Amino acid sequence: MASIALLTTEHINFRLAPVRAALSLAVDPIKYLVDLPTETMSRINYSIRSYSSLREENKKLSEKQSLNQIRLLKYEALEKENIRLRALLENSFDLGEQVLVAELLAVNIASPYENIVVVNKGTRFGVHPQQAVVDANGIVGQIFRALPYSSEVMLITDPNHAIPVQVNRNGLLTIAVGSGELNRLNLPFLPDNADIRPGDLLISSGLGGTFPQGYPVAVVDTFAPPANKRITATPKALLDRNRELMIVWSDKKPVSLAPSQSPKQNEAEDHANE
Amino acid sequence: MPMNKSYGFGRIISTIAFAMCLKIAPLPTIFAVYNPDWVLLTLIYWSLAMPERVGVFHAWTFGLLTDVLTGRMFGQYALAYSLVIYLCLSLHRRLRQLPFIQQALFIFFCLLLSQLLLFFIKNIQYTAELKPTFWLPIFVGTLCWPLVYTLLRFVRLAKPIKTD
Repeated sequence: MASIALLTTEHINFRLAPVRAALSLAVDPIKYLVDLPTETMSRINYSIRSYSSLREENKKLSEKQSLNQIRLLKYEALEKENIRLRALLENSFDLGEQVLVAELLAVNIASPYENIVVVNKGTRFGVHPQQAVVDANGIVGQIFRALPYSSEVMLITDPNHAIPVQVNRNGLLTIAVGSGELNRLNLPFLPDNADIRPGDLLISSGLGGTFPQGYPVAVVDTFAPPANKRITATPKALLDRNRELMIVWSDKKPVSLAPSQSPKQNEAEDHANE
Repeated sequence: MPMNKSYGFGRIISTIAFAMCLKIAPLPTIFAVYNPDWVLLTLIYWSLAMPERVGVFHAWTFGLLTDVLTGRMFGQYALAYSLVIYLCLSLHRRLRQLPFIQQALFIFFCLLLSQLLLFFIKNIQYTAELKPTFWLPIFVGTLCWPLVYTLLRFVRLAKPIKTD
């Protein structure tokens, strides 16, 4: 009877969160314990790699780094220009996102039909629910429960997850709903005459406020033209392969119209990235 | 068997912790659909073997911990586990006399009850899909029962460590 009471209480409000946090202190060690073999394996793998392969990788990475640096230079200029233009339009623009690198714990907490993963950063690091989680390729999901030493991330492919997206080519807004499979998103809310083509990049639209705007989400799959009803997309993020994820703090306060504020924010972002 | 009250508590806790580890073990999806509810199997064993030590309250507590561990809504596993353990406790005298196959049949119904309760509660929260693989953990759990039984019996009857 007590459990029925608990069930209804938690269904109605979130006042039990501290209780859950306290209880999680007792069970979180189990998550880390289960993760231990995988962690050790990857460490061993890392430590027995040969000198030459490391040198090669280093060379590749530094090349990539310099390439990215050049791209970033251009990006910064574009960003400033964008802010200036937006100021002209008397519009505001979200900037100043901070990220925290979190590592996936190799545990399988949910049933196989839900796409929920656990990461090793929790409220002790300031993580809170409804933060966006990204990897190097695109949006992964959102934090849906933060415990003191771990937090649960619902992937964008979970059947109960939906993310507001935008077609990058023409700005068409729609919603991508998870399918339950790690390599597919459904786009069920498109009219028959929607301008969408195979290969279109879907980016997050920032509507709804959970996800920051402009991160790549998925690429539209090929579909037969008359069957506009069942359009699917493949997520950009490597949902089943990446161990390192980034939790994003997006500044909810829009930047004011004065462009003088932007360098400071850029500095803050650089600092966070370091 | 010593009859003092604190006997075997460390063993119960450690076996259940181990069962929790197995429950969240990172298996590939092909195997994950077969992964039975180890915590419930362990609890059933202890409630049959030591009904004076493991009761509905223990089941409820461990159920709550499982809720937290697996990120379910509070009380979901607690409700399922305490109901199943209540059944086991009220029938434990008869169950101990039964042959192995009938015992396994009873375990099958216990697992079925718990799985259906969990599904029912989940269905209240949001629409859950009933896939054919949903039934697999129950069968696998039933098949694993002899293994669990023998292992835990071994744990229970092993000589206590001197430092205890």
